[in-house]
Amino acid sequence: MQVSFKKRSPSTKDRAKNLTELKPGEAGVLQKLDLPEDDARRLMELGFIPGHSVTRGLSAPGGDPRVFRVDGSEVALRRETALKLILR
Amino acid sequence: MGDCHGCPANSLATLPPPSFGAPPRRHIVAIVGPPNSGKSTLFNRLTGLRQKVANFPGVTVEHRMGRVKLEQGRDVFVVDLPGVYSLTPRTEDERVTHDVLSGQMKDIPRPDAVLLILDSTNLSRHLVLAAPVLSLGLPTLVILNMADDLKSRGGELNVAELAMQLGSPVALVSASKGVGLEKIFQFLSGATLGAAPQAPLIQLPVIQDIPKCRAWATSVGNKTGYHAPAPPLWTRRLDAFFLHPVAGPLVFLLVVLAVFQTIFKGAKPLMDAIDEAIKHSGHWIGHLLPNEALRSLVVDGVWKGVGSVLIFLPQILLLFLFIGVLEDSGYLARAALIADRTMARFGLQGKSFIPLLSAYACAVPAIMATRTIESKRDRIATILIAPFMTCSARLPVYILIIGAFIPDRRLIGSFLGMQAAAMLGLYILGFVAAMLTARLLKSTVLKSRRSSFMLEMPPYRWPTARSLALRLVDRSKVFLYRAGTVILGVAIVIWVLSNLPLNHGKPPAIEHSITAGIGHLVEPAIKPLGFNWKIGIGLITSLAARETMVSSLGTIYGIEGDEHSPGLQQALRQDLTLGGAVGLLVFFAFAMQCMSTTAVVRRETGGWFWPAIQFAYMTGLAYICAFLANKIVTFWS
Repeated sequence: MQVSFKKRSPSTKDRAKNLTELKPGEAGVLQKLDLPEDDARRLMELGFIPGHSVTRGLSAPGGDPRVFRVDGSEVALRRETALKLILR
Repeated sequence: MGDCHGCPANSLATLPPPSFGAPPRRHIVAIVGPPNSGKSTLFNRLTGLRQKVANFPGVTVEHRMGRVKLEQGRDVFVVDLPGVYSLTPRTEDERVTHDVLSGQMKDIPRPDAVLLILDSTNLSRHLVLAAPVLSLGLPTLVILNMADDLKSRGGELNVAELAMQLGSPVALVSASKGVGLEKIFQFLSGATLGAAPQAPLIQLPVIQDIPKCRAWATSVGNKTGYHAPAPPLWTRRLDAFFLHPVAGPLVFLLVVLAVFQTIFKGAKPLMDAIDEAIKHSGHWIGHLLPNEALRSLVVDGVWKGVGSVLIFLPQILLLFLFIGVLEDSGYLARAALIADRTMARFGLQGKSFIPLLSAYACAVPAIMATRTIESKRDRIATILIAPFMTCSARLPVYILIIGAFIPDRRLIGSFLGMQAAAMLGLYILGFVAAMLTARLLKSTVLKSRRSSFMLEMPPYRWPTARSLALRLVDRSKVFLYRAGTVILGVAIVIWVLSNLPLNHGKPPAIEHSITAGIGHLVEPAIKPLGFNWKIGIGLITSLAARETMVSSLGTIYGIEGDEHSPGLQQALRQDLTLGGAVGLLVFFAFAMQCMSTTAVVRRETGGWFWPAIQFAYMTGLAYICAFLANKIVTFWS
């Protein structure tokens, strides 16, 4: 159990990790999609289903959008979307 | 090939009597599959050239309908439905697929059978679509595509077991290599005889719930010994290069430059050859025709008018060849990824890049290519700005006017001439106008939160000559159709109006023709831009298609309608000031002068609202900027 403090810049340990915090090649297990219904469904259709593993791949020059490997395919997401995909 | 829409019950009366007492109507089979499953490749394989593009009534989604020849001279029609991951009708593509499959689409009878195509290298995820499709209860053939990839990357699967579990026949094929297609033809022959589907052995999941569907797909995979193949090594290697922080953008720039270099330099010999052929055949036809009026109509009116447009066919085909290679190979998805950040600055997104690149050839296919953009607002913004990109129809006008008014002097050593710089400037002008307009639209009427950008990166694949060739044939048809209808029509009308009213049985001097009358009528409106009545006539005809300007001016001046012709350039120099010439260039850079584009925008946005706004905005901007350009240049020179 983690306790979260409402600080301006909480350290990564204090709150749930999201997809943007994965380093290249690092994998994590998706916990939830903190997005409106429509976007969440579309992402789930692409393989971003809670409980599935997501691996950070390459990125566009400048680091955004980033490619994630999920369920046998590679999908590019912008930073603001990746921020809303929470890892376990 | 018959009409796609509707099929009255009596339409089969002319077919040979079927030996199995087939129902008296056309058989329709729908192809369904997720994006990147090879749906179109399979469709092309099955139908070849026996296909055509049509629109569903009332919606903007396009579909392709084609005929598959079966044994015993029987035919079956296949509909290529849009690529979808599910049948929940949320996006327009999904709604169309859902409506067609459930028989709710007007003018299309419920399909007799379904070809469900899935990527065998990504089966667990793609099987998710099998649940809702199978529960429709239509005879379904499950086609597992990319069998060659599955094998070479060490994947495994028990096809017979999968067929048992799903209660539907399964075919393992490679659509791009044409392997395993016999089974599809067999199924089509059987399906048209009305075979009923078996119930699946394993219970289908609740279809609204994606995680449950996905879990179901995994269990099906497990039961049928599915081993996912190893990750595509070559794709990883190529991505390490194409998405490299330094090499990636460089390759991207090289690709864009190569596209331009090809359409301008590479197409030149072909264009010159067509030009020569048109001139020679024109002379030849002229000699065959005895009557002078008829000769003038056929040679000056029709042949030169249509020829001045036909000349652009090589350019357009080369561009589409390029885009076809980029798209089929998988690079275009990477290009969209690289372009995303830059496009985001103007409120657009990476997926807008592909249509905007195509718009340099022609806005019509570009606007159709915007369908991949999910966000409706982003899509409309892209549609609205696409005609600002310098399409190839503007080229002959630019070449004519620049050739006439800009001196052929060097600007930077031998590297860049003044004429080339002027041309480049016009390209930049169109691009800047497009981007600023996008910015304006996205911060006002089409304002939206930054839409979520999700782009699947397909594995790299070799493009097949077959699918590239089919694309080019398709584009040629569209282009030639336009040249044979709109442009031919305008050329004839201009010729007739320029030769009437007859004066003692002879055509009048151009100043006394009906054309001149119309020109004088519009002259007051365009005088502030520095244009006289002859340019006015050119502008009116260019509303149909921009390139018509050159052939119209040619007819009006009664000289060769050819953009390199010194005669026409000479005549223009006497009729236009430098200010007027620059004004005219600016006008063409901005104005919306293309009936085909307006028609396609109406179709794609589903009404007259957006095309009306687009026409008013672009033409208004063109008028104001041409006016300013004329005044400024006249003041300084």
